[in-house]
Amino acid sequence: MIEGVPHPRILIAKPGLDGHDRGAKVIVRALRDAGFEVIYTGIRQTPEMIAAAAMQEGVDAVGLSLLSGAHLTLFPAICKELKKKGLKDVLVFGGGIIPDEDIPALNKAGVDGVFGPGTPLQTIVDYLKEKLAVAR
Amino acid sequence: MPAKNDPTDLIKRVRRGDHVAASRALSIVVNDAPASEVLAKEFFKASGLAQKVGVSGPPGAGKSTLTGRLIGHYRSQKLKVGVLMVDPSSSISGGAFLGDRLRVMEHATDDGVFIRSLASRGMIGGLTHAIFGAIHVLEALGCDKILIETVGTGQDEVEIASVADTVLYVTTPAMGDEIQAMKAGAMEIGDIFVVNKADLAGKDKAVADLKAALGLGHSAGQALKAWEPPVLAASAKNKEGILELAKELDGHWKHLRASGEGRARLKRQHATELQFWIQRRVIKSALERVNDNILEELLSHKTDPASIGRKLLKNG
Repeated sequence: MIEGVPHPRILIAKPGLDGHDRGAKVIVRALRDAGFEVIYTGIRQTPEMIAAAAMQEGVDAVGLSLLSGAHLTLFPAICKELKKKGLKDVLVFGGGIIPDEDIPALNKAGVDGVFGPGTPLQTIVDYLKEKLAVAR
Repeated sequence: MPAKNDPTDLIKRVRRGDHVAASRALSIVVNDAPASEVLAKEFFKASGLAQKVGVSGPPGAGKSTLTGRLIGHYRSQKLKVGVLMVDPSSSISGGAFLGDRLRVMEHATDDGVFIRSLASRGMIGGLTHAIFGAIHVLEALGCDKILIETVGTGQDEVEIASVADTVLYVTTPAMGDEIQAMKAGAMEIGDIFVVNKADLAGKDKAVADLKAALGLGHSAGQALKAWEPPVLAASAKNKEGILELAKELDGHWKHLRASGEGRARLKRQHATELQFWIQRRVIKSALERVNDNILEELLSHKTDPASIGRKLLKNG
């Protein structure tokens, strides 16, 4: 269990037309084993569906996984939907096949951390522990 | 503008049907955060009006997919549906993978549906200690039907019968013969039995075996001839048997309200809620005060567990 944060909740979501969710499942498993309560949406979700799930589940963070190349469209759309639902404090992070030069634009849209292929799982776990402990 | 966790404001908004407020209230109640008792006290007032359907059965029987179909049916009748889905917490990391929601995502953006996944957080029995608090939030939100899906259960998890009004026991054609169905435990508490995955071979035999086992006599806990638990076949995947199932669920709710059984069950639910509260506050707080000094005293036999226990409970 993480000190000071009893049971942080994370939604892992796969937006858009991309059925490759092994990466998302690996993240789900690693976060579960690190003491997080993890909810997974499954594949092919719209920004509206993801934001509604994040709202109802009362999550502390939303992790987006996308390998299709549509991240510059979908990630900002999800951030916008989250804000529309009043979820301004929810941490958004993402991963997948995302070129380095796209990261500043994603940061600007509200995606806090972006993790590319080869990122050690512990890096993501540590990032979330730090961010969510600070947020409370 | 009131602060975002102001209890009075949250209560008002939840009663107006505000999902954002309901989500926040659920987090407060489930995490036992400050203000949780203020909220619980208010929300308790609305309890007992909506039918709470417990969906129980072994892992992989199709409880979540069937729950999704029931949501669809109730929405076609313009009823507001609240859903609580419990999955196990890891006893090692404390974390959990709450995987039920994935099966009901088609209802994600429907304003008439509110779904929340809950982790069992160390409670044995297929539920979580916070279940009643969560139910009361959904009742206050104005849900007409509340579906509560348990952790995939074994033979012995019967707590759902003290939480729900109607227990729907979901099984599959591969459940085993009538000897399995005759055992005490989970099979005793079903008000309605459904053999899901009826698209697989063996459906008719499974239904017949269940009926045969149930036909041997009433469960000890049930009033004679009050309600004969029906056995149905359904295929959640192919959307078959859902209407018939919903009709039986409605029938049971009518039976509960027309007979004294509904009141008796609500009383049992409140008793269980009180029991959970005592377990959480009294027992847990006494256990938390067990320290190494106490254990050392026990080790040197200066005192005994009963004397220490009495002292800990008195100072709680």
